[in-house]
Amino acid sequence: MRKLSVALGLATVFLASLAMAQAGKDQRRSGYQDMGPTLQKMQDDDTANPAMLYVQAGEALWTQKAGAADKSCADCHSAGSMKGVAARYPAIPPGGDRPVDLEGRINLCRTEHQKAAPFGAESEQMLDLSAYVALQSRGMPIAPPNDPRLAAFRMHGGQLFKGREGQLNLSCANCHDDNAGKKLGGATIPQAHPTGYPIYRLEWQALGSLKRRLRNCMIGMRAEPFDEDSEDYIDLELYLMDRARGMTMDAPAVRP
Amino acid sequence: MQQLPPRRIPTRRTFVAGSLLVTVLPLASAQAAPDTMMAAVKEVTGEAAVRPGRVTLDIPPLVENGNAVPVTVSVESPMTEADHVTAVHVFNEKNPQPHVFNAWLGPRNGKAIVATRIKLADTQKVIAIAETSRGEFWSASADVIVTIAACTEDVN
Amino acid sequence: MANVLINAPGTARKGETIELKALIQHPMETGFRPGADGRLLPRNIITQFTATWNDIEIFRMKMSPAVAANPYVSFFAVASESGTVRLRWTGDRDFSAEGSVTVTVT
Ligand code: HEC
Ligand code: HEC
Repeated sequence: MRKLSVALGLATVFLASLAMAQAGKDQRRSGYQDMGPTLQKMQDDDTANPAMLYVQAGEALWTQKAGAADKSCADCHSAGSMKGVAARYPAIPPGGDRPVDLEGRINLCRTEHQKAAPFGAESEQMLDLSAYVALQSRGMPIAPPNDPRLAAFRMHGGQLFKGREGQLNLSCANCHDDNAGKKLGGATIPQAHPTGYPIYRLEWQALGSLKRRLRNCMIGMRAEPFDEDSEDYIDLELYLMDRARGMTMDAPAVRP
Repeated sequence: MQQLPPRRIPTRRTFVAGSLLVTVLPLASAQAAPDTMMAAVKEVTGEAAVRPGRVTLDIPPLVENGNAVPVTVSVESPMTEADHVTAVHVFNEKNPQPHVFNAWLGPRNGKAIVATRIKLADTQKVIAIAETSRGEFWSASADVIVTIAACTEDVN
Repeated sequence: MANVLINAPGTARKGETIELKALIQHPMETGFRPGADGRLLPRNIITQFTATWNDIEIFRMKMSPAVAANPYVSFFAVASESGTVRLRWTGDRDFSAEGSVTVTVT
């Protein structure tokens, strides 16, 4: 009897908190919240999260001198100054007229400040360095800049998200707005918040960028993925970051 | 779109159906069947009796991706010079090969606990066997349901 | 050399049982997976992992293709005396990597 009432009590508390969560205005869930406890644990433990291998390599790159300027990232930036940076990209760089994402920003420093060749978009070095920089924003809210020049790019990103394409005539929104939380094959459809990039995706058995993740979804929709250096990716990222405004960064994340 | 219409939804299976036609045959013949698993177990146990118990095989019953499934094998043992676990062996039923790993340990380990992450090609049984310094074999097994990731990039 | 991440307590009481955790970057290509051209990618795995404490072997593991990419291993050791725990991975294509941590036993 005693046990039963404890159980009933717990059930009531659970239902109450569930109701409260549903009544709350913010119904957004990160990919982390959609994962089972096993994968959450893998991500939470820095001694078990495979992405930390790449972070370690990124930290080494951060202090390595490069290019004609013979300067390392650390010569110009403290690691602490990178806090919050990943949470506000894409952004328009000084003197630029369109947004770049974090990887694009790192390559600007490669070419302009280090006088070195840019890293390949999906190269090991780019993933390592962006993982190291993104880690500095862990736990911080996503905070896109309030730069009015971004509005048009963001709006274009929103159109890309909502427009149907591919042989299946699907839009990103069909899955990530209308059917989030439902199952697709075995996978739970997440709300597609880019809180954890670059991610260690078990499916890839490696670290990968947000662009790679988006490309996978486009292939899944039987749509032609954007060209590797297409500006459409940046616009879409801009829209996704705005949609996730205020959510907590958990990079470098683990995802199935 | 109210409900996902089942036939039009590109599950991983339909995405890779084309490539599966090509690859299923050699893979199927290379699959470790339950008997192959038992044969592999026999290789380490010989004719000795394998008793269930003393071993805890901690593995999630349902995983979202079979590429990295956490496994912890713990064995009840004093881990003394006179009485300790000498080895832990893990096998699976449906990967192309039945072997997963073998670990050798001794009193210097203090605890007979080994953890790693493994690949499981499909929903299947996993078995862990502990060998002791007294020549005994103890075992535990678990069933794991593996779901398949959606929206992957290509053939794999 | 491959990236290696080793986690162990820097200090331990004598006789205490401590956990050692290690991650290493490695594809663990099974040899059963077709590549982009449809042909099987050749096997490339770590086959052997060993741990020594002041040069005495305390743990050994034989890995198969079923061990996940970027292998993670955790095991325990009795902190007997101060010294170096050295971890070593070897495998296909003459793969070899090493890492070590020092543990001070008080
Ligand atoms: C058919 C349904 C479907 C469509 C259409 C789709 N996705 Fe996805 N998307 C998924 C699924 C399922 C996952 C999670 C995959 C998994 O866990 O295996 C995912 C994951 C993501 C993620 C990762 C979220 C995280 O937590 O890291 C992002 C971002 C994303 N999708 C964006 C997009 C964009 C942008 C588009 C349009 C170009 C799109 N998706 C189209 C099903 C879809
Ligand atoms: C010679 C100095 C110098 C070097 C070397 C350098 N940077 Fe920069 N970095 C800057 C300056 C200056 C800015 C401010 C924007 C500008 O003027 O380009 C900047 C901006 C950035 C930003 C954006 C910060 C923000 O708040 O938006 C990031 C991220 C960054 N750098 C990363 C790196 C990385 C990673 C490296 C090494 C590959 C690096 N930088 C190397 C000078 C440098």
